[in-house]
Amino acid sequence: MKDKILKIVKENTMLIVLVLVVIFFNFTTNGTMLLPSQFNALITQNAYVYVLATGMLMCMLTGGNIDLSCGSFVCLVGVLGAKLMVEKGASTPVGIIAMLLIGVVYGCVLGFVIAYMNIPPWIATLAGFLALRGWGVALMHGASNISPLPESFCGLFTGKMNDLFGGPRIGGVQYNMTSIVIGLIASIIVVFLLVRERATKLKKGYTADSMAKVLVKSVLICFVIMLFAYKFSLAGGVPYALIWVAVIVLIYSFITSKTDVGRYFYTIGGNAEATRLSGIDTKRIMFIAYLNMAVLTVVSAFLTMSRFQAANSTAGTNYEMDAISACVVGGVSAYGGSGTVFGMIVGATLIGVINLGMSLMGIDANWQKVVKGVVLLGAVVFEILNNKKKVGK
Amino acid sequence: MGKTLLEMINITKEFPGVKALDNVNLKVEEGEIHALVGENGAGKSTLMNVLSGIYPFGSYTGDIVYNGEVCKFQKIKDSEEKGIVIIHQELALIPYMSIGENMFLGNEQGSKAKIDWDKTYAEADKYLKMVGLSESSRTLIKDIGVGKQQLVEIAKALAKHAKLLILDEPTSSLNETDSKALLDLLLKFKQEGMTSIIISHKLNEVSYVADKITVIRDGSTIETLDKTVDEITEDRIIKGMVGREMTDRFPKRHDVKIGDVAMEVKDWTVYHPQFAERKVVDGVSMNVRKGEVVGIAGLMGAGRTELAMSIFGKSYGTNISGQLILNGQEVHLKNIKDAIKHKIAYVTEDRKGNGLVLTNPIKINTTLANLSELCNKRVIDQDKEYQVAEDYREKLKTKCPSVEQNVGNLSGGNQQKVLLAKWMFADPDVLILDEPTRGIDVGAKYEIYCIINDLVAAGKSVIMISSELPEVLGMSDRIYVMNEGKMVGEMSGAEASQESIMSCILKS
Repeated sequence: MKDKILKIVKENTMLIVLVLVVIFFNFTTNGTMLLPSQFNALITQNAYVYVLATGMLMCMLTGGNIDLSCGSFVCLVGVLGAKLMVEKGASTPVGIIAMLLIGVVYGCVLGFVIAYMNIPPWIATLAGFLALRGWGVALMHGASNISPLPESFCGLFTGKMNDLFGGPRIGGVQYNMTSIVIGLIASIIVVFLLVRERATKLKKGYTADSMAKVLVKSVLICFVIMLFAYKFSLAGGVPYALIWVAVIVLIYSFITSKTDVGRYFYTIGGNAEATRLSGIDTKRIMFIAYLNMAVLTVVSAFLTMSRFQAANSTAGTNYEMDAISACVVGGVSAYGGSGTVFGMIVGATLIGVINLGMSLMGIDANWQKVVKGVVLLGAVVFEILNNKKKVGK
Repeated sequence: MGKTLLEMINITKEFPGVKALDNVNLKVEEGEIHALVGENGAGKSTLMNVLSGIYPFGSYTGDIVYNGEVCKFQKIKDSEEKGIVIIHQELALIPYMSIGENMFLGNEQGSKAKIDWDKTYAEADKYLKMVGLSESSRTLIKDIGVGKQQLVEIAKALAKHAKLLILDEPTSSLNETDSKALLDLLLKFKQEGMTSIIISHKLNEVSYVADKITVIRDGSTIETLDKTVDEITEDRIIKGMVGREMTDRFPKRHDVKIGDVAMEVKDWTVYHPQFAERKVVDGVSMNVRKGEVVGIAGLMGAGRTELAMSIFGKSYGTNISGQLILNGQEVHLKNIKDAIKHKIAYVTEDRKGNGLVLTNPIKINTTLANLSELCNKRVIDQDKEYQVAEDYREKLKTKCPSVEQNVGNLSGGNQQKVLLAKWMFADPDVLILDEPTRGIDVGAKYEIYCIINDLVAAGKSVIMISSELPEVLGMSDRIYVMNEGKMVGEMSGAEASQESIMSCILKS
C-alpha cells in the first residue's frame, strides 16, 4: 500500500506541485488567486503556450529537437495576415487560409532542411529566429503595429461564449448556464470513455484497472472540469481560446498515445536507427514534426493577434522559450523519446500559475524571470534524479 | 611461482536489492596471466571495478591486499598510482584527437602551465613501439582500426607504469588475427614480468593465454583452475561457469525437411555509402532453402553485415546491383518497409545501437516492426499489443517482471530475445541473424539456438552470420565463407571444420 502511494506520488509529482503552488498563492493573495476572473486570465493569457508547446512536444519527442523560430514566425505570419486583412481588405476566411498556407510553406522548408538535409534543428531554426522577425518588422515600415483586425477574425479566438440558456441570477450573481452545460457534457463523456475502456478490456479477456481506480480517476477529472465550468459560469462564460486549446490538446493527446504515427515519434527519440531498420520512414516523421510545428505556430499566432487585435512587431517574443519551458517542466525529456501531452499541460499550467500568482502578489517582473529559471532547472534536476533512482533499482 | 601480488579477500558488494558479489576471493601471483570467466552478470566487471577504485573503499566489504599492503582506493587515480590499470570493454578513446594526446589524457607531459608536445609524442612513440604498433603518435584515433585502437589503449596503460594490467573483454570487437596478436602481446609482456587479469567470454582465448582461471558464478568464486595442475579444456570451464556439464552446446535439430530455395541473390555488388568507389560486397551469389540454417563465416570486416543489410531493403550501401530472387521470382526492394513486406527480416548485430529502443518497454519494442498488424485505421489496439508481447515472452522464455519493463533494464540475453521476438512478430520467411549470440552468456546462447531450431522447424529460412566458428559449425546445414567482400567458399555443415573455413579465408 505504501509503495503504491509512493508510486502514484512519483508519477504525478508535477501535478501535486501544481496543486500546492495554487494553494500557496491562494494564501499569499488572500483568495484572489481562485477568483473566477483569474481562471479566465490564466487561460486567455496562456492559450498560445499550450498550442505552441504541443508542437514543441512533437519536435522534442524525436530526440530533444527544438524549434527556436516559432516566436519570430508568430510575428511574421501575423504581419502578413494583418496586411492582407487590414490593408488589402481580405475577408477573414481568406486571411485565415492564407496564413495557414504560409505556415505550411514554412513548415515544408524547415522540415526539408532538417529531415532531408540533416541540418541540426537548432541551427536551422536559429536562422529562422533571426530572419523571420527581421522580415516581419521590416514589412511594417516603421509602424509598431498593424490594426485594427476585423471583428469577425478576433471574435473567433477571443471573447466568451454567450449564454444560450439564459442562466439564472442568484443573489445578484449572473450564472452562465452554457458553461455549466458544457462542463457537464464533458464530464459525462470522460466517465463514459473511462468505463467503456474498462468494459472492452474485460470483454476481450484482458486485465483492466479495478473499478475503484476508474471511479477515483473519474471523480478527480470531473471535479477539475466542473471547477473550471463553475468559475467560467461566474466569469461570464467559457472563453473561446479554451475551446481551441482543448480541441488541439485532445487531438494530439490521441495521436501520441493511440496511433502508430504517434508511437514512431517516441521510438525515433529513443533510437532513430532501430526505428529506421524496423521499416519506418524516419525522415518523413521528422518532416512531419516540423511541418506540424509551423502549422500550430500559425494557430498560436491567431490567438495572439486576436488577443491584441493587432499584429505587433514584438509579438511572439520569447514564445519559443515559453513552449520549451512548458515541455521541460512537464517532464518531456530533453533528449527525446519520452513525455506526454498531459505532462506538457501540467507544465504549462504550472508556469502560468506561477506567473499569475507572482503578478497578483506584485512581484517585480525581473524577479519573476529569476523564479521561472529556478523552477525550470529544478524540474530537470528532479527529473534526472528521479530517473537515476529507477535505473539503480 | 612467484609471490602473491594481489589478493582480494571476502569481497562483498551490494547494490540496492542485489548482492552483486558475495565473499569473492581472488589471488593473483606476480608475473602470471589470470583469467576471470563467468556468465554475463556473474560479477566479473563489478569485481574489477572494486579493485580499480571505481567503487570506492567503504562501498564494499572485504580487503584488497596489493603488494603486501591493504589498499583503500577512493578513486581510479589511487589505484593507478599503485600501477593497477584497467582497460574497459568499450574503448574510451577520443576519435578526433591524436594517439599521443589520447595516451596522455589526464597525465599530460610538460610543466603545470604548458604541455610539452615534443615530449608527449616522443614518449608516446616509445610506448607504441613496445606494443608493436607502427603508427605515428600524431595520427588521429578515427583514422586507425579498432584492432590498433585496442593496442593504443594498452600503450596508454603502459604509459601509466602499469604493474597489473586488467583487460575487460579486450578482444570482443577484434577479428581473429587482431585477437591473436593481442594475446601474443600479453604473453610477451608476461615474459617481461607483467601481471595481467583478463576477463573474457572466449574460452579458446582464455585457455590459450591464461596460467590460472578463476570462475565466478552468481557473485561467488566457484573455483580456480591452474594450468600446471588441472587439465583445462573449454568444456571443463563451461562446467564451472554454468554449474553443469554441457554435453550439448548446440541443441539437436528436430527432423526438418529442407525444401525449395526461398531466397537467392546473384552477382550482388554493393559500394560503400561514403567512399563510392570502394566495393564492399563484390559479386556475391548465394541462396537459402526453406527449413535450412545457412551460416556465413568470415572475419570482421569481410562484408557480411553489409551484404545482409543491402539485401534488407537497401538499408546499407550505394550503387547496389545484382538479382534478388524470392521463391523463384525476382524482386526489387525499394526500402526496408518493402523488404519486410516481402517477408525478409534482418536482426542486427548491434542490438543496443540499432536494434532496440532501450528507453521503451518490451511491448513497444516487440511490435515496432509490424505495428500496422495491430492497427485499425492507424489506431493501435494496445490491449492486443500487450497480449502479443506476453505471448512472445512466454514463447521465448524472456526473463522480466512484465512486458511494461524498459528493455534497457534487461540483461543482454533477454534483450536479444526481445529483438528476436520483434522480428518473429513481423512474420518473415527469411531471417538474417547477424551475430545472434554476441556478448551473451552460455545459457542464453543455448536458448537462442533452440529458437533458431524452432524457426526452421516451422519452415522458415535462417541465414546466420557469426564470427564464432564453433557456433557456425554447430548450427549450420550449409556454410558460406566470405572474405573481403567475396564469397570464397561453400561447404556442407557436415564436411566443414574450423580448419577448412580458415583455410578458405587464408587462401582466397
